[in-house]
Amino acid sequence: MIPSDPKQVTQICFDRIRIPDQRRLEVARANGAYSFLPTVLNEFSSEQIIEEVKKSGLRGRGGAGFPTGLKWSFVPRNTGKPTYLLCNADEGEPGTFKDRDIMRYDPHLLIEGMIMAGYALGVRDAYIYIRGEFKQEAEILNEAIGEAYAANLLGENILGSGYSMDLTVHRGAGAYVCGEETALIESLEGKPGRPRFKPPFPAVEGFYRCPTVVNNVETLSTIPAILEHGGDWHAAIGAPNSAGCKIFSVSGHVNKPGNYEVPMGTSLKTLIEDYCGGLKHGTVPKAVIPGGSSAPWLTPDHYEIPLTFDDLVKAGSMLGSGAIIVMDETVDVVKVARRLSHFYAHESCGQCTPCREGTGWLERLMIRLEAGKARASDIEVLRDAAEHMAGRTICALADGAAAPILSMLKHFPEEVRARVVEKAA
Amino acid sequence: MSMKETPRFSEKRLEEIRALVARYPGPQSALLPVLHMAQEDFGYLSLDVQKHVAEVLGLTLIQVREVVTFYTMFREQPCGKYLMEVCTNASCMLNGADELVRHMCDKLGIKVGETTPDGMFTVTEVECAGACSGAPVVQINNVYHENVDEAYIDAFIEKASKEDAA
Repeated sequence: MIPSDPKQVTQICFDRIRIPDQRRLEVARANGAYSFLPTVLNEFSSEQIIEEVKKSGLRGRGGAGFPTGLKWSFVPRNTGKPTYLLCNADEGEPGTFKDRDIMRYDPHLLIEGMIMAGYALGVRDAYIYIRGEFKQEAEILNEAIGEAYAANLLGENILGSGYSMDLTVHRGAGAYVCGEETALIESLEGKPGRPRFKPPFPAVEGFYRCPTVVNNVETLSTIPAILEHGGDWHAAIGAPNSAGCKIFSVSGHVNKPGNYEVPMGTSLKTLIEDYCGGLKHGTVPKAVIPGGSSAPWLTPDHYEIPLTFDDLVKAGSMLGSGAIIVMDETVDVVKVARRLSHFYAHESCGQCTPCREGTGWLERLMIRLEAGKARASDIEVLRDAAEHMAGRTICALADGAAAPILSMLKHFPEEVRARVVEKAA
Repeated sequence: MSMKETPRFSEKRLEEIRALVARYPGPQSALLPVLHMAQEDFGYLSLDVQKHVAEVLGLTLIQVREVVTFYTMFREQPCGKYLMEVCTNASCMLNGADELVRHMCDKLGIKVGETTPDGMFTVTEVECAGACSGAPVVQINNVYHENVDEAYIDAFIEKASKEDAA
């Protein structure tokens, strides 16, 4: 049970996640799933729900942190076109593995959140776009959705409320860029996942050019608690401008890697030492990537940083998806940056020149640097290329590609210099 | 199947595809799921398979080809009976993925991307699998194996080889 006193709340999405067989409808219902749904469908108006979500201060949990209620309020009404709800379960930002746990251990939480969101937005058809590799998770979701249909929680006239919604699981096929919402829409239309120019934003013109809301798994899974306990309740959890709890996926050089949901504002040090059992080697990390591989790196100066949207921006990074990759004193930072440069070069969709060409340049220069064959002038080309990619493309993939390179150059200049060869005399 | 035989979906599959198409505003949306089905049924997406998929969904061949070539999970070439995809992205790399790949390749006598001559094992490197708490992660025929070490892989390869010989 999630406490009704916001000060007592320590987790929201993971509240029931460790209950055995929670993925089965019968068990989920015995533990409170769908218990508040009839009240929402019968007594709440669409405007009321959107207002509560706005008041809650909930910000998107997929990476961008956009206020969810505001996103919902952008959907135009009475356009004569259908409105679509898409759940972004294309969890691919390196270091991120939180949505997977919600989907495989508590799928009914996500389904319930989607029904409530769908009702608020006037949606008839909703889809879960799940990364193709999560085949088992897609099967678990399909089983849960089958149970929900059989119990009249999905389909025609849900629980006699007059509201009808269909929900379909759709598997991607291995493309990081499809986590970007307009690329996801292209992909769901059966095309290569190339991000679209914005505006128009999906809320106005998205899936099949109709109004569309795309929300992350964790975001949608927070909705049932917000509607049951109220927007003010949620706003009182966590930190200013970073309401609620957040699942952090911690991996790398820690003793107990895993997903930990904590109130926003918990410090990085607390998370690593109290939850993750500390580092494998040493006491302070050499570098930490705080929000997935696209987030600029933090150094020991920021070890005690409170994990909030604002604090991370102030530190020159971002909260992103909440994926924390920890590197202890044994790490070769040049090797990590080289590996990430390969990732971005592989995943660039190729439509914007700065990204298509730039990611290739970054990878080639990083291979040369790691091998100890780079000249001092190569480092300047590396910096120049990275700086000229960010902000010059349709989507943020190029910014993500630049982040590890610029972080390495900024924080570890000695290690870079040590790899550089002087020109032969 | 023989080289000349044209790949066709079974009636049961076609029925499944019709039900799937009905769940979307347009038939092209079913392309990714139908390509997954085709790969399951025919092993890989040969040009003939892609032509068949285009025909079934009423699409042009180029609409199918540009999707097949864009997404990394779609394969235009056959692979081994056991496709072993090792994540070597940051978190797995920090936990020994590169060494694991080297061990697998040495043991099987192949390079990354190759298949053993008996057609049993293919080893590839993939991007973040989204299971980083279990690093290093290896997907074998789309099933996740986590916290994989050399002993685990050796045992898997031995068991699979024995089962195949039996």
